[in-house]
This record gives sequence, structure tokens and C-alpha cells, in this order.
Amino acid sequence: MMARLNYAGLAIAIAFLILAPLEFHRYGLYILSQWAVMTIAAIGLNLTLGYAGQVSLAQGAFVGVGAYCAAILTTHGWPLVGAAALALALCFVIGWLLGYPALRVQHHYLAFVTLAFSTLAFLVFRNESWLTGGTEGIDGVPRPNLLGLSTTPHLRYYYFCLFVLALVTVAMLGLVRSPWGRAFIALRENPLRALSLGVDTRRYILMAFAIGSALGGLAGVLYAPLVGLVEPPAFTLTLSLNLLMMVIVGGSGYFLGPFLGALVAVLLPEWLRGLENYYLIFYALLVMGLLIYSPTGLIGIADRFLTARRARAASAARAALGASIERP
Amino acid sequence: MANFVALLIAGLATGALYALAAVGFTLLWQTSQTINFAQGEFVMLPAFFMLAAMHAGLPFWAAILVGLALSMAILGFAFKRLLVDPMLQHGVLPLAIATMALSTFLKESVKTFYSAEASPFPSIAPDSDIRLLGVAVSWQSIAVLGVGIATVVALQFLLNRTRTGRQMQAAAQNPTVARILGVPVERMILYTFLINGALVALTSLLISPIYLAKFSNGDTLGLAAFIAAIVGGFNQIRGAIVGGLLLGVVDNLSAAYVSTQYRGAIPLCLLIVIILFKPNGLLGRAEERTV
Amino acid sequence: MAAVLEAFRVSKRFGGITAVDGVSFEVREGEILGIIGPNGCGKSTLFNCLLGQLQPSAGEVRLDGRVTTGMRPCDLNRLGVSRTFQLLQIFPKLSVRENLILAAQEHKGTMLSRLFGPRDAGLSAAADQMIAFFKLGPLADELAGGLSYGQQKLLDAAMAFMAGPRLVLLDEPAGGVNLTMLASLKDRLKAFHLERGATFVVIEHNMDFVMSLCTRVLVLAEGRVLAEGLPAEVRANPAVIEAYLGH
Repeated sequence: MMARLNYAGLAIAIAFLILAPLEFHRYGLYILSQWAVMTIAAIGLNLTLGYAGQVSLAQGAFVGVGAYCAAILTTHGWPLVGAAALALALCFVIGWLLGYPALRVQHHYLAFVTLAFSTLAFLVFRNESWLTGGTEGIDGVPRPNLLGLSTTPHLRYYYFCLFVLALVTVAMLGLVRSPWGRAFIALRENPLRALSLGVDTRRYILMAFAIGSALGGLAGVLYAPLVGLVEPPAFTLTLSLNLLMMVIVGGSGYFLGPFLGALVAVLLPEWLRGLENYYLIFYALLVMGLLIYSPTGLIGIADRFLTARRARAASAARAALGASIERP
Repeated sequence: MANFVALLIAGLATGALYALAAVGFTLLWQTSQTINFAQGEFVMLPAFFMLAAMHAGLPFWAAILVGLALSMAILGFAFKRLLVDPMLQHGVLPLAIATMALSTFLKESVKTFYSAEASPFPSIAPDSDIRLLGVAVSWQSIAVLGVGIATVVALQFLLNRTRTGRQMQAAAQNPTVARILGVPVERMILYTFLINGALVALTSLLISPIYLAKFSNGDTLGLAAFIAAIVGGFNQIRGAIVGGLLLGVVDNLSAAYVSTQYRGAIPLCLLIVIILFKPNGLLGRAEERTV
Repeated sequence: MAAVLEAFRVSKRFGGITAVDGVSFEVREGEILGIIGPNGCGKSTLFNCLLGQLQPSAGEVRLDGRVTTGMRPCDLNRLGVSRTFQLLQIFPKLSVRENLILAAQEHKGTMLSRLFGPRDAGLSAAADQMIAFFKLGPLADELAGGLSYGQQKLLDAAMAFMAGPRLVLLDEPAGGVNLTMLASLKDRLKAFHLERGATFVVIEHNMDFVMSLCTRVLVLAEGRVLAEGLPAEVRANPAVIEAYLGH
């Protein structure tokens, strides 16, 4: 579901994303790059949650899988693109393996299976030190060379992340506007009717979850060189819950939701500087409040506001028209 | 062999605690379609109520009562009124997500406002063993099993032998029909929340001496509760008990005989096995085909 | 005449209540079979058992001789069975045309080809044809939620027909529809039946509708088959009259 796009606003935002960072210092670039990476993961989760209506508590674990793929491969001399391909494929397959039995049974089982997988992934990250460096993790993850250009400078790496985000956005747009998008609307609104029309709801949900998980992996591949260090505590349930809250706050099921949600999630700790410990508490309260009053998130609020205003304008116009007709 | 039996008994004891948490979780699902992802944190929290009460000078037994009361009031009544009721209109999924946010809220609150470190917690049983039939069994395990069994028996009695209990069951199985028959469904649902508040307080009391009271306890306990509930059969109280006991035993035995490093993976494996081969759980009834 | 759908002693129990009790019948190719009966006689439950929405407690359902008991509705749909619902189930946030495209898109190609294929899955022309057939032309781009009830009923039927099904089950198509729209609906159903040779099964309360549309009628009462035969025969059957008057 796309909120009515204000094309001018969109153009301004894109211009900002491209031009403003030229003035940013290192820390600003880091925040912006984080936002781009988290948005990719959130887009994936939005597909699972917003379009297919399933809760995944493993998105953070998939980010971890991607990050470790990147870290392990690049520190052994492999190109990042290779790591990306592996991460996408691996996360997609794991998504299928987790989702297939879970969804076959009951639709609310996926949440628990992903919760359990999240725990398992953390254990693997922590225990298999021969592969993952154990509790120490893997340090010194290099940034890739693209077309001969090094992306080690923070500005260049940011543009790289932005580029990948743009690719993901276009791909997601294609998916949502294809017949799949229609099928997702149907299975979200009325699964019974959708089934009777031949929509294999289970298969679509599974695909959404697998693709969403793959995108989590892709985000992880970008995360590793951004931070440089890949260690187990970064990919626990906390990250999964953070990503979930991002999608909710932005607006679950809205195309632009993840962008907004990731922005809030990345900026909030900044705004609450000095209250560092409290930001998660505040964030959780925000999410609960939003869920009670506007389950469709911030974009949902905006959407309702704009729709109401349009409706009021339309009825006012009609009233004016009626009055002018009545007056001779 | 004696070692095996000792492990078995200890496993049953832990399992009893998982079972109590799982029963509360199942009750909430059955009666109000509430999937409480914060159940683990609900079990973590009452211990801190009790610790705070003891810091304020109360003796242990009084602190237990305070913890129980606060738990029922906050995790039962307030939880229902402030979070569940406003959210039920939006459906099962948003409420489930809200409880996830709640779990973060509770966990971080304890970490920030109380302590990020593990705090020792007194046990209701003496810290020694007795020999039963040649096996060393800790008083701790006996106390846990004892309280666990007593609680389950009391709960079964309440649900099956009292009028209120039967009304609660009716409200759970078919709220519309129950309303027509004059059952005060809303109040029955409130009762289940209060019961869950009591169950988690009890579980907290019994488990904190073993695990130590720490803000992160909710992670393992929550997962154990969910998996126990699913393994037993999502919609059955008896199933939750069986699931919990099984999980506790499997967990303990595997920690001893298999690598301890992957102990946390056991619940996942059990879950996957059950979902693959007995999807409705060990005791569950096949729910009507939805989609 | 070959049997398209067969039900063998289909039963459905909910706890202590038996909603459908050993119902056996067959639907012959090309006919319009009406299923009638007093309120609560198990018609909708039977439908849901035939269509995979519910798992029968006992009995068997066969489509073209192939056992389909408990098959998922989407799989049945792909075998050429479609249905309408008693409580309207169109998609209000999609346009009329989009609703129709949705109704047939799952029959086009594979899931993957649909992802990379055209946005309308190549069904715009077919959808427009259907819109013309049901005389919904000016509403093609309207959101389905904005249509009148009668128009939505027509859309519901149109959606059931979109994928060119062999067998269509209509659950109370005449419910809550005014007379003009009813005539229109009946007319369209008959036209579709004639053109495509599809087989229909219709559950209805509206006796006139059933009698004027159906070629054969089945009467259910208390979950069991009470009578079966030509409309005129059934109408005159004393047991049937008794069952209806008794309610």
C-alpha cells in the first residue's frame, strides 16, 4: 500500500540523501549509512509482516548470517559481491526451511520458530569460533573495491549503501506492483476469499518470508564492512525486536514505512543523548502507544489525516455546489 | 544410573517451572486470543518485586506476598486493562507485537532501574540434599515439584470443580454462546489474567534461586514457556504441563550428556520435531482448518 | 451424463452437533442443481465441506472421479471449481477490474512468471470482457467498496466465473438483492451457463429463483437429504412442504 506520494517531497528527500552527506562529518555519514542498511533489513521484514501478515523474530539473526558471510569471505580475500550472493541464497533457503513446516501447521507458529532460530543462530555465532571467531568475533572487515574505486572512505561507502538501497527499493516496487502485490492484498484482507480464487496463501506467505529473510542477509553484508567488527552480541533478539519495532513505527504494510521507521530508530538514540539507557524504554512505550492508537504506524496516521482532509474538502465542495445551485 | 535418576528429577523440577509458565500462557491464549510474548519477562519480574520489598525491610514471607499481589495487580489486571483491552479490537497480530514491545520495556526497565547484574535470591527450601532410594535429591527440587504439583492440582480443581472455573472454560471455548447463557465473559477473562499473574509470581519465586534474579532471564524462560505450550498442544492446559515437563527433562539430560554449549538449541530442535511430526502437539486436538 | 461432483455420505460434526449427516448426491455435467432447505439444515456447512473450507468428519468428495475430500480451496480452484459467498467477499480496496484480474491471475503461468510478467498478468482484456458481460462497464475503475450491494453481488459472481471454471457453487446469490438486480443476475447466470456450458450448484432460500433457474433440485433438512428431483416434483412433495411449513 503506497501512501499518496508527494512527488515533490520525494524528490527533495532523494536530493538530500545524495547531496547533503557531502557536507557531513564522519559520524553523520555513519548514522546515515546505518539508516540505509537498517532500512534494507526493515524492507525485508515489512514484506513478511506488512504484506504477508507474519511475525518474524529472526530478522536480526539473518542480518547476522549476512554479516558473518561478508566477514568470513572478505577476510579471506573474496569479493563482497560474492558474499552478498551467498548471503542472499543462504538466508532464502533457511527462510524456506523454517517457514515450510511452521506455516503448514498454524499460521502463528512462525513467530515461535523464528524466535527459537534466533537463539540457535546466536549460539552458532558464539560457539563455532573456528568459523566465526567465537565471542571475539571477526575484526577488520575490509570495504570493497568497486570498479577500481576503494570504498574505504566513509562518503564512498555511504553512496555504496545508498546504491544498494536504491536497487532493493526498485526491486521491491516491482514485486509489489506485479500480480504478487495483488495476491498479497487479497491474502491480507480476506484469506478465505483469496484461497477460493486459487491464491495459494501458504506459498505466497512462505515466499514473502524467504525473500524478507534474504534481504535481512543482504543488510548484514553491508553492515559488516560498515562497522568493521562482527560479533555475536550485535545479532541477538534485541536486533530482531528493534527491526520489528521499526516496521511498526514506520507503518507496517506501507511501502515507505521501513524508511521512516529506520530513521526514527537510528535518530532516537541521538535525540535522547544523555538518556542513553532510557531510549529503548521510551521506544518500547512509543511502539505500544502507536499500536493502541494507530496500528498502521506513523504513515498510517498521515494517511488517515490526509484522507480525512480530502474527504472534508470534497464534501465542502459538494455542499458549496449544492448551495450555489439552490440560490437562484 | 543414580546420576541419571538425579538428572531426571532435577529435569522434572525445572520442567515443572516451565510448565507453570506455559500453563499461564496457554490460558491467556485460550480465553482471549492473547499471545503473550512477554510471558518470560512476566516470570522474571516478580522476583524483583520481592527483592525490592525485602530491601524495604520486609521479611521473606511478607515479600513473597507483596510480590504475588503486585504481580497479580500489574501483570494481571493492569496488563489486561491498559494493553490487552484497547488492542483486542485491532486483532491478534498487533496485540502479539505489543507484547513483544512490552517484553523489551520490562526487560530494559529492570536493567536500568534495578540492576544489570544478577542478584541472588533466597530459596524457600534449605540448600541441601536428601537421599531417596539411593539417589541424592535436592530439597530445592522437592520444593519445586511439590509447589508445582500443588498448583496444578489446585488449578485443575478450580477449573473443573468450581462453578467459576466451569464458567471460565465455557467463556474460553465459545464466548458467544457463553454470553447467551449468562456467563460474565469479561470477568472470566479477567480472572485468567489474574491467575496468570499468580502463576508467574510463583514460578518467579521458585526459579530465581536457581537462575539468580537477572533482567535477561525472560529470554530463556519465555522461549521455554512458548515451546512447552506448543509441544504440548497449543490449546490444552494438560498439554502445557506435559510439554513443560518434557522440555525440562530433555533440557537437563542433554546438558549432561550432550554439549552444554548448544543447550539452548534443544528447545528449537524439539519444536521442529514436534511441528514436523505431530503438528498439533502431543496432546493437542486438531484445530478446525483455517486456511 | 457424467458426474462432475460426487458426495458420498458426507458428515460434519461440531462437538455434539451433527450439522451434516451422511449426505450423498451427485452433480451432473451441465446441470444447474439447486440445494434448498429450511434455515439451519446444513446447506452452507455442506458447501464448505465440498469446497475444502471445512474438513468433513466422515465421507468422501470426488471431482471427476478424483478424491478431493479436504483438499485446500486453492487447489480445488485450480481444478476448475469456484464459488461465491453468502456474505459478500469482494475486495473493497481494489477496483472492479483489479478484482477480476485477481480472480483469474493464479491460473496464469507459474508463481515466478507472475512475478516477472506484466502487471495485469495479461488479463485486462478478459476482465473487460467480463465487465461487459455483467454490464458493469462504467464502474470498471471504481473501487469495489463503493459499489451498491447488488452491483457487488454481480461482481462476486463475475469473479467466480473469471477463471473459466467447470463447476461453480453459488451460496445464496439472491440474498438481499432487489428485484431488478435479481432479474439481471439470473439472466447473466443463464447466459453464462449457456455460453460456457459450466455446471452450477446453487444454494438458495428464494424459491422462485431456484425454481426458475435450476434444472434439478435437492432438498436438505436437519443435515440429511429429504428429497430430490425436478423443481415441479419437489415443490409438490408433501414432505418438503411439511419441512418448510414446520419452520
